[in-house]
Amino acid sequence: MAELTLRDAISLGLREAMDNDPRVIIMGEDVGAYNGAYVVTKGFLEEYGESRIIDTPISEAGFVGAGIGAAMAGLKPVVEIMTINFSLMASDQIINNAAKIHYMSGGQYSAPIIIRTVTGGGAGLAATHSQSFEGFYATIPGLKVLTPAFPDDALGLLRTAFKDNNPILYCEHALLYNVRGEIPDDSSFEVPFGKAKTRRNGSDITLVGYGRSVHTALLAAEKLQERNVDAEVIDLRTLRPLDIQTLIESTQKTHRCVVIEETWATGGFGSYVAYEIQKNAFDDLDGPVLHIGGLDVPAPYARNLEIMTIPNEQWILDAVEKEFGL
Amino acid sequence: MQVLEKTEIQPSELLNLYRDMKIIRLFEEKCSQLYMQGKIRGFLHLYIGEEAIAVGLASALNEDDHIITHYRDHGHALARGLEPRAIMAELCGKATGTSFGRGGSMHIFDASKNFAGGHAIVGGHLPLAAGLALAAKQLNEDRIVVCFFGDGALNQGEFHETMNLASVWKLPVLFFLENNFYGMGSHIDRTFAGGSKVHTIADRYKIPNSRIDGMDVLAVREASIDAIAKIRKTSKPYLLEAVTYRFQGHSMADPVTYRDRDEVDKWRPRDPIALLKEMLLEAGHASEKLIGRLDEEANLTVEDATQFAESSPDPDPNDLTKNIYA
Amino acid sequence: MPQMGYDMKEGRLIKWLKGEGDEITTGEDIAEIETDKAIIPMPSPSGGILRKIITPEGEMVPVGTVLGFIGTLEEEIPSNLTSVPVENNNIPENENVTELNTSEPIEEPIIETPKSSSETIKASPVARRIAADKGIDLKLIQGTGPNGRIVEKDVLNYSQPSASPQPVTEAPKVSTTPSNINSEIIELNRMRQAVARTTSASSREAPHFYVTTDIDMTGTMEIRSQVNKALESQGKRVSVNDIIIKACAVALKNHQNFNATFHGDTIEIHPNINIGVAIDLDGSGLIQPCIMSCQNLSLAEISVGTKDLINRARENQLRAEEYIGSTFTISNLGMFDIESFTAIIAPPNCAILAVGSVRQQPVVSDGEITVKQMMKVTLSVDHRANDGAAAARFIGEIKSLLEQPIGLLV
Repeated sequence: MAELTLRDAISLGLREAMDNDPRVIIMGEDVGAYNGAYVVTKGFLEEYGESRIIDTPISEAGFVGAGIGAAMAGLKPVVEIMTINFSLMASDQIINNAAKIHYMSGGQYSAPIIIRTVTGGGAGLAATHSQSFEGFYATIPGLKVLTPAFPDDALGLLRTAFKDNNPILYCEHALLYNVRGEIPDDSSFEVPFGKAKTRRNGSDITLVGYGRSVHTALLAAEKLQERNVDAEVIDLRTLRPLDIQTLIESTQKTHRCVVIEETWATGGFGSYVAYEIQKNAFDDLDGPVLHIGGLDVPAPYARNLEIMTIPNEQWILDAVEKEFGL
Repeated sequence: MQVLEKTEIQPSELLNLYRDMKIIRLFEEKCSQLYMQGKIRGFLHLYIGEEAIAVGLASALNEDDHIITHYRDHGHALARGLEPRAIMAELCGKATGTSFGRGGSMHIFDASKNFAGGHAIVGGHLPLAAGLALAAKQLNEDRIVVCFFGDGALNQGEFHETMNLASVWKLPVLFFLENNFYGMGSHIDRTFAGGSKVHTIADRYKIPNSRIDGMDVLAVREASIDAIAKIRKTSKPYLLEAVTYRFQGHSMADPVTYRDRDEVDKWRPRDPIALLKEMLLEAGHASEKLIGRLDEEANLTVEDATQFAESSPDPDPNDLTKNIYA
Repeated sequence: MPQMGYDMKEGRLIKWLKGEGDEITTGEDIAEIETDKAIIPMPSPSGGILRKIITPEGEMVPVGTVLGFIGTLEEEIPSNLTSVPVENNNIPENENVTELNTSEPIEEPIIETPKSSSETIKASPVARRIAADKGIDLKLIQGTGPNGRIVEKDVLNYSQPSASPQPVTEAPKVSTTPSNINSEIIELNRMRQAVARTTSASSREAPHFYVTTDIDMTGTMEIRSQVNKALESQGKRVSVNDIIIKACAVALKNHQNFNATFHGDTIEIHPNINIGVAIDLDGSGLIQPCIMSCQNLSLAEISVGTKDLINRARENQLRAEEYIGSTFTISNLGMFDIESFTAIIAPPNCAILAVGSVRQQPVVSDGEITVKQMMKVTLSVDHRANDGAAAARFIGEIKSLLEQPIGLLV
């Protein structure tokens, strides 16, 4: 078992794919000479050369579309969009082309592209650079959306992604790159899509998150333990496909469930998750399924304001006390 | 590598061009009837008047080359050699259609003919064209990409992004502008600031370009052969502007309130099929009787396709969710 | 009528551009059609001679309607052509939805609108499920969750009123088959269901016995009219029932075993005296909300509290604890001129007092016949919690308090 940061786990997965499959190319804004905006592709340009590590102009619709076209014609492109905020410029390509081409062509064409992008707020980047759209993309049939929160999942999901023939949005939370964790040495270690992971076992309440909100939930679980409340924490890991079964089973055990995400609570993907749980575990509930999302404001710049907008462990503790009396 | 040289065209080839254009014309007229009978649903955009472009280009292209196009795509598909039966069945939403009834008029695909689709978001498919070319280049394949688009796409960001990418990355793409002067109902003079020599917009991207008479199938064929040869030789993009005219409205729902009947009447003598017929008769390549036989052959092809489509089964409802994922 | 756009459902034939007998080529405009977007020339779908016009100018007709007949001179005009939409055309009125094997059946949502919130018990789904499994009546449980919701632990902590948990026997179901074809079958509303459930459970589980006594209310009635005279300026009135509540509250302080709940192997003595009052909701049902902590209330306060309770009960404004918190109940049918009756104990109480009307009666007292204002009361007692002598002492105290009511004013 090696300990790696989440950043290094992604790098490792990318290197493996570059080494194993000549169809793999990496393209995006400053992935080459700059080493990647978040330094994930550091040293790649020297190692693999500019025919496979392709710096693109700041032209998201153009290069994401080009990645999709290349995938249609036999390549396995990894396209990096510097942040998910800029994916809006390419949303026509992602939603109208990547997600549709297989179905609309009656299965004749497919777009096995991996779009890596950085999501999440909390870094003082203000309203246009602090958004989390992974939940929105997860509403679109034809896409697969991955949200690794730990290094082992980052690597395991990436390995699976390289074997998958569909367009994949691989969402890396900006504040998780330095999270450290054990990576299995076994090179066949993979993480399947559509299988949530229980990151902490508990019997009194189920806390569900994805990306950084898993870490928030784990902090809350520690605090709940001080109140003698034993919380289970489940990491969705992939939003599409979505593993509802694990959530149902956990809720049937604990009778209480809280879904936590960082994006705006209104219409958030978590509210759909909460709906599925209440529908499928209704008779086992000891209270409403809670959905904790971010505040409905454009992300403010000032630190004291921004921390008011993103759910932290105290939000979870307060909600659990208010709604369940725990 | 087969590089077509500009040579004296054989009379038999001329007759083929005539027949292929006629098939498109009759096919589109039949579509109009089927639409009015409610057998074709959704949007229907007819290619009547523009047949010379698809037929002229297709005659200059290799089988390995990719074609990707916009939603006025029946003509391109027929010229490329897709089965008329399968196209008509797709329009009628049948299980035997090119996309098994999943795409309809605007989304005709045939991977076996490297026909990468009709695409219905104006300008949205241009980045895909760059990607198809990128893959060909990366995989050392001897293919070029022909990307049809209309004058309406000129003002989309994706057009400019793709021109830029194709030039910067030296991609073998033939950008084929079908300038019929109208983006839906708005005349190009009211929407485009780049002047009347539309093709010269490519100059700013250092992409060689030229303009041809899109009503003259031989002119289209010769210019295509030239442009494609240049692309193969240099592995750089080229832009061709074919000036043409859409005799019908934008779609079946178009009341054509935005242009005078006089304008349409002025273009009528430029009908590409009538022009070629006149030339064939004058040059003594064909008699009225032979032309009549070709017309009948085209008619039989279209009638056969129609009969096939109408007698084909609807898609199996149990397959509704098939091919969302590869 | 041709379909001239994906959303077109009907069109108006504005004008025929050709007349009957005119020769027509395919694609030639033969009529002008008005859609909701514009007036559009209609190309002829086929060539020949316009033999007959079916749809006249100005008519608005659905897509698919026959407008006219084009044919050769020899062709016979079909006699059945009318200006109605062609059957079997492919434009579905409503899209044909084929049922999918994979689709889930869509169930009609069943929305029950409770007549009043007083019928709703707040309980979590899992609490309801466990209660149903164990046969526990949620009405008997005090909710400790947010807003008084009965949560899982409340049900788990609740011990059954019977000595050993018994399999629940459902209240005998009355056949819903009408015995007479003219019978009317009325579905029970939620309140009726609750009454049926609790009274049958009480009858089944609590062995009732009854003690009855006559109470001389002359003094009480005298004091009441004096008090009411004094209160007249304040617009307040004390009812006979208010005084009975006060008397019961005082008596219960000394007879705590009647302010109690039987738990099988324990008896829980409640610290507060919450007296439930059976309220008839004008025929739509019965509820028994309670006046909380009567031991701390003066007669005037009880009087105010009762009126407030009745008003709020009729306006569905009761608080949860008022529904379920009673420790003793009074049922008074005096206003209906009922002399006496026996009542069924309302769980989780262990006694209930049934009060008849106050009526003038000749009474032999000290060897003389005098007319007094008499009232019969009957105490129903759960024998598991109390015995006859205790019941006699308790009702005796109520009697003496009401016969010498001056103590109740203090």
